[in-house]
Amino acid sequence: MGILAQFVFCGYMLAVCGGAVRLSGVSVSSRTSVVSARGLTKTYPPGKAGSAFTAVDAIDFEVHSAEAFGFLGPNGAGKSSTMRMIGCVSPPTGGTLQILGMDAADSGKRIRARIGSVPQDDLLDPELTVGENLLIYGRYFGMSRIAIAERSAELLEFARLTDKADARVQALSGGMRRRLTIARSLMNTPDLLLLDEPTTGLDPQARHLLWERLFELKRQGVTLVLTTHYMDEAERLCDRLVVMDHGRVVATGSPRALIDTHVTREVLELLIEPGTGAAVAARAYGVADRIEVLADRLLCYTDDGERALARAHERGLGGLDALVRRATLEDVFLYLTGRSLIE
Amino acid sequence: MTTARYERARPVAVMIERNLRIYRHTWALLLAEILEPILYLGSIGLGVGVLVGHLPGLGAPSVGYPEFVAPALLATAAMNGALNETAFLMYNRLAVERIYQPILATPMSVGEVAVGEIAWAVLRSVMITVGFLGVIAVFGLVASPWVLLGVLGAAVIGFCFACVGLLVATWVRGFPDFQFVQLVMLPMFLFATTFYPLGVYPRPVQVAVECLPLYQAIQLLRGPALGQVDAALLLSAGYLLVLGGLALHWGLRRLRRILSV
Repeated sequence: MGILAQFVFCGYMLAVCGGAVRLSGVSVSSRTSVVSARGLTKTYPPGKAGSAFTAVDAIDFEVHSAEAFGFLGPNGAGKSSTMRMIGCVSPPTGGTLQILGMDAADSGKRIRARIGSVPQDDLLDPELTVGENLLIYGRYFGMSRIAIAERSAELLEFARLTDKADARVQALSGGMRRRLTIARSLMNTPDLLLLDEPTTGLDPQARHLLWERLFELKRQGVTLVLTTHYMDEAERLCDRLVVMDHGRVVATGSPRALIDTHVTREVLELLIEPGTGAAVAARAYGVADRIEVLADRLLCYTDDGERALARAHERGLGGLDALVRRATLEDVFLYLTGRSLIE
Repeated sequence: MTTARYERARPVAVMIERNLRIYRHTWALLLAEILEPILYLGSIGLGVGVLVGHLPGLGAPSVGYPEFVAPALLATAAMNGALNETAFLMYNRLAVERIYQPILATPMSVGEVAVGEIAWAVLRSVMITVGFLGVIAVFGLVASPWVLLGVLGAAVIGFCFACVGLLVATWVRGFPDFQFVQLVMLPMFLFATTFYPLGVYPRPVQVAVECLPLYQAIQLLRGPALGQVDAALLLSAGYLLVLGGLALHWGLRRLRRILSV
């Protein structure tokens, strides 16, 4: 078990470092900006039920060419609204938005021609077969039949759906649907791929298969912009990300940099009886640099988890259960917003 | 110039192509829609027609009841074909399947999607009309070669009601709301001179009936079918085109507000 965990951890570190090496290999000046937002704002007009609502509140960000860029945040943080604006399906109500060197305000059609989009709920065409979904989608981009035939054969292979070409969409599993949606989004060979919560609702195996496909796209030089509320997904896939909350950007950076900046290297988790948080926290004072109280556990932030655990044991704490783990983006989010990500 | 015009028509053609693809799986529906007016014609036109005999004062020397009813049934079929296609199916695609969203993530625009769906609905109305005309020709119920003008008339009727259907699709809150649509469509079908001439009503009621779009649609097809081609046809066509244009304008505005927020 320990060996396995170590193996997984090393693999992870390799992936992170590999990403870092590759990124640092690209000099800053040669990085072209694929998406550039300044003061980007989305305000929805007052509906029948309530007042006007600002979903995205004057945010700035920059997505570089061939990187995977993430928007991380809880539901309602403004991630999807931001994605819809980048996809040029929802006009910004304020600020400027440059995509692939064009202005989103007046070049929507030309920008959309070079973007691929994976919506949150697939939204495949249920009246058509798998193959027809790709065919007609290619037609929306004005592709010729010959080009479509070639491209969809490639993409069915990429999505591992070749033998499902004539199946109805309803007959596909959730993972297959997702892969078809990604295949569909690649019909026009996009320079920029937008993925709104790409793995939400998928089982672990389907998620891993999907991540593999996304890594492959990244290797091919496609710029990926994705939203997620999964920490592991953000840590694995994203070169850089912004953490959003209440329509604002609360932090920007690589997953590693965010963790290094905002939290300690390790976390000691002490399980507690629900409702005893404040009392236990008082007894644990000084065990670690900083302590967060959650409903069923204390999170003790420290650079040396084992030493903190030993100290906790000295004080008779951690009787229920205790574990030492690496700090994650979830801890960053908790620190930045005072709330856990999935509520 | 030609390429520019082709570029503008292409997105509309793609929406039609999509619908044709779907029709490969559901072509039987179109047969059902041709069959419906034929059943009406069989039961009311021929059955009731035996009791009614000939209608004096409509054509020379006089018009048989089935000949009188057939164009009205055709107008109704063209209307239903177009309205159902947009109202029901567009609502389904808009709110239930939500497939317009991924389409709008491509270079396609809301206007192109809507016009494409309307063009398809018009095409369907024309297909239903051609099918129906073929059947009544076989039964020998064609009074005049002018009946072929009905194909053009069906396109106008299809346009009008497809646009009205688009507007309806933007208002509907759920499938039960389609009961309200039926509440309008059925009385209109019964009273818009489908089964008897306008003359049976007192003058004030006649004016109200003349305002019904289905009445104008029936006028557009019945005149030519009975060999009466005059300027009044232009008035009916104008009425339907203006109504369709207004519905399209309003429906597009509402659709844009729904889809690109």
